[in-house]
Amino acid sequence: MDEFLQFLFSGLTRGSIYALVGIGFAIIYNASHVINFAQGEFVMIGGMAAVFITANAGLPLIAAIPLALAIAGVAGVALERFAVAPARGASVVTLIIITIGASIFLRGVVEVAIGKRDYALPAFSGDTPIRIGGATLHPQSLWILGTLAVVVLALKWFFERTRPGKAMLATSHNRLAAQLAGIETRHVMLTAFALSAMLGALAGLLTAPITLTRFDIGIMLGLKGFCAAILGGLGSPYGAVAGGLALGLAEAMTGGYISSAYQDAVAFAIILAVLFVRPQGLFGRAGTERV
Amino acid sequence: MRGFLGRWGGFLVLTAVVLLLPLILPNRFYFDMAVKVWLNAIVCVGLNLLIGYAGQISLGHAGFFALGAYASAILTRRFEIPGLVAMLMGAAGVGLLAFLVARPILKLKGHYLAMATLGLGIIVAIVINREIWLTGGPDGVRVPALFIGDWRVSRIEDWYWVAGGAMLLAVWLALNLIDSGVGRALRALHGSEVAAATAGVDTVRDKAMVFVVSAVFASIAGSLFAHAERFITPQEAGFLRSIEFVTMVVLGGMASTFGAVVGAALLTVLPQAVAEFQDYKHLAFGAILIATMIFLPKGLVPSLAELFRRRRP
Amino acid sequence: MSLLKVEGLTKEFGGVRAVADVSFAVEPGTIHSVIGPNGAGKTTLFNLVTGVYTPTAGTVTLDGRDLTALSTAARAKLGMQRTFQNLQIFFNMTAIENVMVGRYLHLGTGLVASLLGLPKIRRETRLAREKAAELMHRVGLEKWLDADADAMPYGALKRLEIARALAAEPKLLLLDEPAAGLNPKETVEIDELIREIARGGVTVVLVEHDMKLVMNVSDRILVLDYGRKLAEGTAEEVRRNPDVIKAYLGEGAA
Ligand SMILES: Nc1ncnc2c1ncn2[C@@H]1O[C@H](COP(=O)(O)OP(=O)(O)OP(=O)(O)O)[C@@H](O)[C@H]1O
Ligand SMILES: [Mg+2]
Repeated sequence: MDEFLQFLFSGLTRGSIYALVGIGFAIIYNASHVINFAQGEFVMIGGMAAVFITANAGLPLIAAIPLALAIAGVAGVALERFAVAPARGASVVTLIIITIGASIFLRGVVEVAIGKRDYALPAFSGDTPIRIGGATLHPQSLWILGTLAVVVLALKWFFERTRPGKAMLATSHNRLAAQLAGIETRHVMLTAFALSAMLGALAGLLTAPITLTRFDIGIMLGLKGFCAAILGGLGSPYGAVAGGLALGLAEAMTGGYISSAYQDAVAFAIILAVLFVRPQGLFGRAGTERV
Repeated sequence: MRGFLGRWGGFLVLTAVVLLLPLILPNRFYFDMAVKVWLNAIVCVGLNLLIGYAGQISLGHAGFFALGAYASAILTRRFEIPGLVAMLMGAAGVGLLAFLVARPILKLKGHYLAMATLGLGIIVAIVINREIWLTGGPDGVRVPALFIGDWRVSRIEDWYWVAGGAMLLAVWLALNLIDSGVGRALRALHGSEVAAATAGVDTVRDKAMVFVVSAVFASIAGSLFAHAERFITPQEAGFLRSIEFVTMVVLGGMASTFGAVVGAALLTVLPQAVAEFQDYKHLAFGAILIATMIFLPKGLVPSLAELFRRRRP
Repeated sequence: MSLLKVEGLTKEFGGVRAVADVSFAVEPGTIHSVIGPNGAGKTTLFNLVTGVYTPTAGTVTLDGRDLTALSTAARAKLGMQRTFQNLQIFFNMTAIENVMVGRYLHLGTGLVASLLGLPKIRRETRLAREKAAELMHRVGLEKWLDADADAMPYGALKRLEIARALAAEPKLLLLDEPAAGLNPKETVEIDELIREIARGGVTVVLVEHDMKLVMNVSDRILVLDYGRKLAEGTAEEVRRNPDVIKAYLGEGAA
């Protein structure tokens, strides 16, 4: 039972990270029908930028966090502006390759600018584990879970109450109609990329104190986030949250009870199984393609 | 007729390049690079049938490449099976695996297909990393030399001819396929799946078929690579290696068999050529990728061919 | 016996009945037209008959054989071909290659033979090319043989689809608005082409908005309205049917 609780904590923690990355995939997909394979790099940029700022500029963490988020946001806008927008209307394969190119590029920049070592960020509120039942919880996990909850609520508010949020929602339902209604879909795209980049960076900042960070951590985290988004039906931010948490839990339970060696394979095995049975994703709806 | 001349004329040019290149390659280092080019080209020619012609993406072909490589390594080393037999057994195994997953996987489209192939490749990579007793795990495994009959292929010059010959064979097979009813069906289902089906094309069967062919090409290339290097690590199965293959295909030019060879050559040689800038390798690689896709979305060879065609009256 | 028999065919899209309980039969060697206002369900009917959509209810039989469980490709094998209202051209191929794809059912499709480029495969490719060229002459596309499909004008693409469908040597050919977007001269040519196809023994089902063309060439006409069958008969019968007049000219005209 204690063991189970321990795996549960661990699953929820990593699941929340996947969820944050997955939301980023969903938001960009909604706004542009692009799958942004560079999403994982924002996670890396968040953690690495904070490391760089605290170590080199001597700023405290509390100041480094907003700066790191801003840097990621700028990177997101640049990605949209210089890589995705010029290829508007290109095929799915082309866009996949472009965003993969962008991810390699961003990784290369950080590799050159900061280095190839592992870096650590101090935990937000100390490293003293909290005992709950027979299990322990790292205080950073509470930050992670709490942040996810806040992000979900904030997104709900954003999409339902704010102009840019409503514009984004309208664009995702029907791009043409949104344009006719006077929505600047270019702005929607930029907002989506900036928002997704910052959410990814947030995940990177939150997880760096527990898992360390490196220039190449974005690859795996990005792919797991993509799994979360697909599981959630591609294009639903809340679906991505459910997908991310489910994957995190499945990983932790597999790692704990079955085989720690195959923990990393779980997400992909689940995705394959789901796609084989339901080619449109777990929550996606099958429509009849018009000819 | 233009197509015929272009195609088989190109094949002759490529054969001439393979035959003459050794005259100008100064040393071992360059021969080694040429071997890598030819082996990567085999994968890309196969992958191009899938991506360029049939329009189905795969982000997991390094998995097939590595499975071929490890099959050769393990079968020759542990079970002392002759290299060529091991290679064929590996190819048969990979073909079977590809066949089994092809139907469910190729029912998927676009991003879902990308996800599924990517997942498959990653699972293969993880298995190779973890089953240390069999594969040697992350440290890799030594591979015995390849014998073709009594000929021990060991000098790098020997490998040049083996790899070059295999590459020409792969190109020849691909060109034949493209110029057949099946090949036209593949291009048709890329253009319009519903119209292809209306013409009687069993689109699922043909997609599965080309998926298997491309997987077998990758497997054979992997086997040869393992023997040529005499060593193989799980990195060859990794996601980044899969991306590298796709990039070669796309850079050289989709739906152009010679483009696939050119792409393989460029992306194999370039990183070595700019070795002094090793640090900037990734950065440059990413930038090239983005720029090609934006400015030459059809890839190098088709874009150049088009320029050439337009110049002429 | 009727060549094509449709019974109780129904297709719903999220509650909307695009085709509602439609039944009719097409006799061999005839030209059978389907008309109706925009959105009446004509294209949907074609998609159901060719197996592109799965019906909500109803059956389609060809030569007395139930097609319900068959894929589009399997129906093509039984002799069914069609063209598309929204062109479905292989834009990644040349014009003649488009038509050669239409020969697919008459070619060997062995993988190994194709990879090895066996003489049989090469010969078939050569014959397919000859046949395709001949068909392109027949539909008036001789100028465009080696053109890239994406460089051809709309009118030529419409004929290209017809040539591609004919290449399969179908028993039944469904044409979805072959004259749409064509000028009067081209329309006359299409009119003549359709008759010629029918004279060659191919049964034609024609969807068309050009009433002159329809009235000219059709042996029988089926009228759809809001997915339902409104009337069916010869041109003369349909022209006089009060329901049809009402649907086409609005209330009060009858
Ligand atoms: N794939 C689909 N998904 C949802 N609704 C569809 C689909 N295909 C057709 N419809 C709907 O079915 C109805 C009939 O459409 P259909 O295209 O069959 O009409 P049509 O008679 O061919 O019209 P037109 O003369 O304009 O070509 C329309 O209301 C259309 O919106
Ligand atoms: Mg229609």
